[in-house]
Amino acid sequence: MAGAARGTLTMRRRREILLGAAILVFLALLPLGVGNVYLRGLIVLTLLYAGLAQAWNILGGYCGQISLGHALYFGIGAYTSTLLLTRLGVSPLFGMFAGGVLSGGAAFLVGLPCFRLSGHYYVIATLVIGMMVALLAANWDFINAAQGITIPFHQESWTDLAFRTAILPFHYVMLAYAALIWLIAWLIEGSRWGFFWRAVKDDVAAARSLGISIYPSKLAAAAISGAATGIGGVLYAHYIGFIDPDSTLDLSLSVLIALPAVVGGIGTLWGPLLGAAVLIPVQQLSVAWLGSAAGGIDLMVYGALIMALALARPEGLVSFFQGRAREEAADHG
Amino acid sequence: MSATLIAQVAIGGLLMGLVYAVVAAGLSLIFGLMDVVNFAHGALLMVAMYATLLIHRATGIDPLLQLPLVAALLFGAGVAIYRGLIARTLSVRVNAGMVQIFVTFGLSIFLVGAAEFLFGSDFQSINTSLLGGHSLAFGAIVLPLPLVASGIVALFVFLGLALLSRTEFGQALEATREDHEAVALIGIDRDRVFGIGWGIGTASVGIAGVMLANFYYIAPDVGTNFALIAYVTVALGGFGSIFGALVAGLMIGLVEALTALFIDPALKQIGIFMIYLAVLMIRPRGLFGQI
Repeated sequence: MAGAARGTLTMRRRREILLGAAILVFLALLPLGVGNVYLRGLIVLTLLYAGLAQAWNILGGYCGQISLGHALYFGIGAYTSTLLLTRLGVSPLFGMFAGGVLSGGAAFLVGLPCFRLSGHYYVIATLVIGMMVALLAANWDFINAAQGITIPFHQESWTDLAFRTAILPFHYVMLAYAALIWLIAWLIEGSRWGFFWRAVKDDVAAARSLGISIYPSKLAAAAISGAATGIGGVLYAHYIGFIDPDSTLDLSLSVLIALPAVVGGIGTLWGPLLGAAVLIPVQQLSVAWLGSAAGGIDLMVYGALIMALALARPEGLVSFFQGRAREEAADHG
Repeated sequence: MSATLIAQVAIGGLLMGLVYAVVAAGLSLIFGLMDVVNFAHGALLMVAMYATLLIHRATGIDPLLQLPLVAALLFGAGVAIYRGLIARTLSVRVNAGMVQIFVTFGLSIFLVGAAEFLFGSDFQSINTSLLGGHSLAFGAIVLPLPLVASGIVALFVFLGLALLSRTEFGQALEATREDHEAVALIGIDRDRVFGIGWGIGTASVGIAGVMLANFYYIAPDVGTNFALIAYVTVALGGFGSIFGALVAGLMIGLVEALTALFIDPALKQIGIFMIYLAVLMIRPRGLFGQI
């Protein structure tokens, strides 16, 4: 029954890539139907977080290593590309690679000591390293300390990723980013590595007895996840045009990156996208509608939503769809 | 830099460390009992501080005399959180740990938002209290009285927690920690033990909140920083170890004060983080952790 419902692995993977392509086309056409500039900005942010949460999911979901320090990789990406552009005039198109390589390398280095720790000790260690770097950055004059860096605007340009009024170019930049990270996750799911990582996550002892080397597996997952997060940081910096330690390195950002993946469905292909599609609009719209009138209500709504979703759908929002697929299969069977 | 100044800063740091230790003890107790990291711990500290402030404004009862009242209030809050939220997550089969993290995290956001909505985000403080404005002089070393009192109260909390383990309930707590399922066979109500465990954990943070309200500013996000330090303290001392929380709290208070004195007040937490990471490299389960 279970086999019939899910189809063979290849069929399932083909369905996923087709569904992914359909969603990609839909999202590419979406801004044409949305004239409102505010809503377009909201979609751009949602796409960014869909990519970031998927990047987190590669380490946290597939490999089971819950990091609360991913803001570090985001910040390294954001600062690398911003400094390259403002100090040396290097295009963000290169900065993207530099930021990705550096943040991936940083994730690898953080992993070297931290993957010796288990469970909650690992979570707190990633949190502490992230906060430590944020604190140092806020006191480091070379990168303007807590004042942050503004990216000056000269002219609309693709090489500088600079667009003052038009949101559309960034819509496609973020869509390409989210799609790329999704594709990486899809490839990982079907690869040897993907099976290794899930084995490591499910049962370390069993994985070891099958000859999987645990430590290198985790390091590889961390490096890919960190690099993918760093590229998101690069794109964010050029989209907003201003970065400081508070907005790119803080612990709260680490949580915001992880949250869509958890709420959507940790370790699943569609969870991060679903989670971002629900959480980011709710958070932004409640700030816009309720935040100005009475401070705090927006946070209450957001907090209550997180509690409700975590309790009602502990497996994540994807379980809504999985449940339906199973019922349909049962009907046909 | 005189020896007296260094001694004064060090003792001040140790006293603050005792307050950190109490906050961490509540966290560690809950963790040790049922493997749940409470991410609303900082928000509960904030709730206790506002409760102290409001009771003080409404009735004029001095913060120090409110200790039993606020502790009881927070005990009730802890039991309610367990019954209303945490108990529901225990039946979750998939990634229960993540669900618990994010349920308590959502609660934290909710409470901070509620405080901001009700009281605004301005800093407030209790200006007139029995302890406020006084200081104790030991020779050339001068310490603010509220801080000294907080340290003494903190020691009593640890004494209480140590005595608790000798009571019948303390043994039920220990048994439940050892094996959640088996205790049911010997007539221990697991839900009741968990609920009371949560109550004691949040009552501890309530006591820390009352003492802090004597000399610390009160704002919706005041708990964030204390919670962060509490997580580090718990991990440094070893998850689940109350004694570890005490030792780690003292270490952290001391290192923080000395880093601020010798290096830079803006970097005082760097000292904490460095010590923490150094210890964890040598002892991956913290100083006294078994799990």
